[in-house]
Amino acid sequence: MTTTARETVLGRIRDALALSGPEPAPAVPRAYRTGRSLPDRERLDLLVDRLVDYRATVRTCTADRTAEVIAEALHAHGARRIGVPAGLDEAWLARYDGEVRRDDADVPAPRLAALDGVVTASAVTCAETGTIFLDGSPDQGRRALSLVPDLHVCVVDLSSVVVGVPEAVARLVPERPTTLISGPSATSDIELERVEGVHGPRTLDVVIRTDA
Amino acid sequence: MRIGLFATCLGDTLFPDAVRATAILIARLGHEVVFPPGQTCCGQMHVNTGYQREPVPLVRKFAEQFGDPSIDAVVLPSGSCAGSVRHQHPLVAERYGDAALRDGVETVRAKTYELSELLVDVLGVTDVGAYFPHRVTYHPTCHSLRMLRVGDKPLRLLRAVDSIDLVELPEADACCGFGGTFAVKNADTSGAMLQDKVRNVLSTGADACTAGDSSCLMHIGGGLSRIRSGTRTLHLAQILASTRTSPHAFPKTEAATR
Amino acid sequence: MSSTFLGMPAAPPRSPYGTGNLRGERKFPKAAHDELRNEQLRRNLRKATHSIRAKRLAVTSELPDWEPLRDAGAAIKAATMDRLPELLEQLERKVTEQGGTVHWARDGVEANEIVTRLVKETGSDEVIKVKSMATQETGLNEHLENQGVTAYETDLAELIVQLAHDKPSHILVPAIHRNRDEIRDIFRSAIPGVDPELDSVPAHLAAAARAYLREKFMTVPVAVSGANFGIAETGTLSVVESEGNGRMCLTMPKTLITVMGIEKVLPRYQDLEVFLQLLPRSSTGERMNPYTSMWTGVTPGDGPQEFHLVLLDNGRTAALADRIGRQALHCIRCSACLNVCPVYERAGGHAYGSTYPGPIGAVLTPQLAGMDAAKNDPNSSLPYASSLCGACFDACPVKIDIPSLLVELRHQHTEQARATAEKLAMKAAATVMSRPGLFTAAQKAAGTGGRVVAGRDRKISRLPAPFDGWTDTRDLPAPPRRTFRSWLASAEGAAALRAAAEEGARPGADTVRHDHEEGNR
Repeated sequence: MTTTARETVLGRIRDALALSGPEPAPAVPRAYRTGRSLPDRERLDLLVDRLVDYRATVRTCTADRTAEVIAEALHAHGARRIGVPAGLDEAWLARYDGEVRRDDADVPAPRLAALDGVVTASAVTCAETGTIFLDGSPDQGRRALSLVPDLHVCVVDLSSVVVGVPEAVARLVPERPTTLISGPSATSDIELERVEGVHGPRTLDVVIRTDA
Repeated sequence: MRIGLFATCLGDTLFPDAVRATAILIARLGHEVVFPPGQTCCGQMHVNTGYQREPVPLVRKFAEQFGDPSIDAVVLPSGSCAGSVRHQHPLVAERYGDAALRDGVETVRAKTYELSELLVDVLGVTDVGAYFPHRVTYHPTCHSLRMLRVGDKPLRLLRAVDSIDLVELPEADACCGFGGTFAVKNADTSGAMLQDKVRNVLSTGADACTAGDSSCLMHIGGGLSRIRSGTRTLHLAQILASTRTSPHAFPKTEAATR
Repeated sequence: MSSTFLGMPAAPPRSPYGTGNLRGERKFPKAAHDELRNEQLRRNLRKATHSIRAKRLAVTSELPDWEPLRDAGAAIKAATMDRLPELLEQLERKVTEQGGTVHWARDGVEANEIVTRLVKETGSDEVIKVKSMATQETGLNEHLENQGVTAYETDLAELIVQLAHDKPSHILVPAIHRNRDEIRDIFRSAIPGVDPELDSVPAHLAAAARAYLREKFMTVPVAVSGANFGIAETGTLSVVESEGNGRMCLTMPKTLITVMGIEKVLPRYQDLEVFLQLLPRSSTGERMNPYTSMWTGVTPGDGPQEFHLVLLDNGRTAALADRIGRQALHCIRCSACLNVCPVYERAGGHAYGSTYPGPIGAVLTPQLAGMDAAKNDPNSSLPYASSLCGACFDACPVKIDIPSLLVELRHQHTEQARATAEKLAMKAAATVMSRPGLFTAAQKAAGTGGRVVAGRDRKISRLPAPFDGWTDTRDLPAPPRRTFRSWLASAEGAAALRAAAEEGARPGADTVRHDHEEGNR
């Protein structure tokens, strides 16, 4: 009988634990901040501060102006042909006069490179770190859609903005493919100096709906 | 209080002035200095170099010499030796000692202090009545800072010194590169660290660079001496022991006669 | 065989000697000696480490619960190690349930073979890679090349290193030893079709990398990644990155192969709330890194439709078997310890000879690969490559007590060594010092000898080997004529202490003020 790598590794771990002492690790102290809440205004200010720090473009509006502000954002970056997830609210693009392609999983992902930009909704956002979470819901689409085009216009509803990381993680659905986005792509690989815009979208434009 | 003084092997042999200043300071503060004559070395160099069996007799000697319950506190004019007693002696005793040694170590480590801890925490004093009319910069030393966590106690003591011109040392918390046998085993890297420390010391224009550990001062002083700088090194105790009545006198050196 | 059969636990093996990238060719002091002479390298390192230190301090000190987060991170890791077998089995079950395939690799050689086979099964002779310490450790790229598969590193720094036929020198920023002008030169000579006028503006260099790799992302059908975390509870894997090359590799190809060290597993999805705060702030000094991807097996219609997870031992179980040393497995590869280390700052990462440089490398490498596997094993010098200044311990987000681990590994090394000259000297010194009579005699001898060597200026400027390194750059004071104990025993000493006591007791002048009286300041 040959021993599999799996059996060998698990056996080694058990041996290692037997050798390094059976003292059980103490309970995990979770004295860090969780379950925080802040009034709308403060969450909004905190989030905007963080996004601006990452050099994302930030627009705030009320829900009734969604289409207007999205069109404004797309025009500002000269996007003539955009992609949207299959489940994105059609009304959001009512004021946009460019070409709109609804995404379809059958379209090979490299074809997305032909798009100038993409508009998506978002699942959760963490104000303290300025992090937007996409979870592949129908209004956010598959991961490649918000990755390949060079412009990402992302709609964030203030009601989905939580204060900190623990509050955000608590709202996630683990099985969904989840992408955390904190500003445009960046690198610090050259002399540890931050440069925005490498492989992900070089422009992140966040539309925050303050009453949604 | 009866305060046991551990001179440290380095202090006793190479830097007796620093230990002498510690004794005088404690006496001036109204406490009795006890010097158990059987003391030698804490064994820090052994442990830091990888030897834990060899220093067992040293650990035992320390516990025996200072275990006397009539000694209220033990002071070491060295952050790294105090760190060794507090953190390494239990390790050595646990691994290679017997139950008696473990008990002895536990008793003595609980009353062992580095100089600034003794003054501020035990004796409750920051103004020790010192007088030192010179420009001084303070190097915090790694083991005082990060092993013993003495914080700003030494600086509080220095700020209270009459007529002192205390200047901040740039990149003060950076290691000087001593590290015991590190300075010999990795002499090049150690030398590069020292070079930066010396540059920062010189940038302050201080007459003296002070610290709570003669070993780091020996290293920094060795670098300052090599480039014939006029800046000397002086143990914290020597500044705190200096008074208007008996002020510290810098010894004349060739560089100092500028 | 394991304890299940024999009832006696066996010490797990280290990473096999001569494989992978866990051992350099020279001992640390020798390698550092040469690296220190590279002025450009020292300037690059100083600039980079100092700037990242300031950023890290700013974003860690703004969190009032930074210390509780560190405590939680340390405790989660410790608890994980205790439950490693069940957590790995749970991870395997969950990944499999979600459509992934799990492989186990006893060592780097086996991991390389598994990955190569999986790549070949896709029919591709190219693979795109997102920065992975595990595959750097196993030497996967070299193995793939031997098997006729071209690996493209897509992380900017890894790309720089790969194009220059260089080795990484930092965990997070593998090209930290290169400055912008050097990078420009590397790109000009190694990127096909690059603008010959390319300048050294970082944004332009990043754009050149983007253009070069874009085509690879769109066409290469298989990617290899590492993983920052693997969640046992859900089977979720995670890659933390900045540039989007990670997202590209994890999303665009048809097949994804992830190589993960067995110690990277975390019990619960909720644990991410701790590590997603600790890691970015400690590594790049950002509140959050630009991108983090989390995926669970295969998602129909989204991303790779074939997913393989390779769980790697390669000496990790050997480290786990050590009561003290196993802490090194808690490392989350943030590299904060490198950035604060005065030794790393001077010597650079190459001097350590391993995929894992800096303080964590000095304690991890010898445990993964051993430090006595060969005569004069270069790894045996790593635990000594530290002044024990403790800056690494303070910076570590999961509170690995690196100084204590270094001291422990030094001890293990001296225990393994036979009667060396150093050991005899240490023993002799301890014997002398444990007998006050002998100690006093030795003090006298050293004093006399030292003063003779020093001569009239009372300083020693040249010492024989092995102490000559000291006197290359620093003097040693000659021992004074009188030791402290002889002064104390003298009439002069007694008089001085008496006078000091009287001075302190004298009313009026220079009285000592106590904090108790004036309150705390």
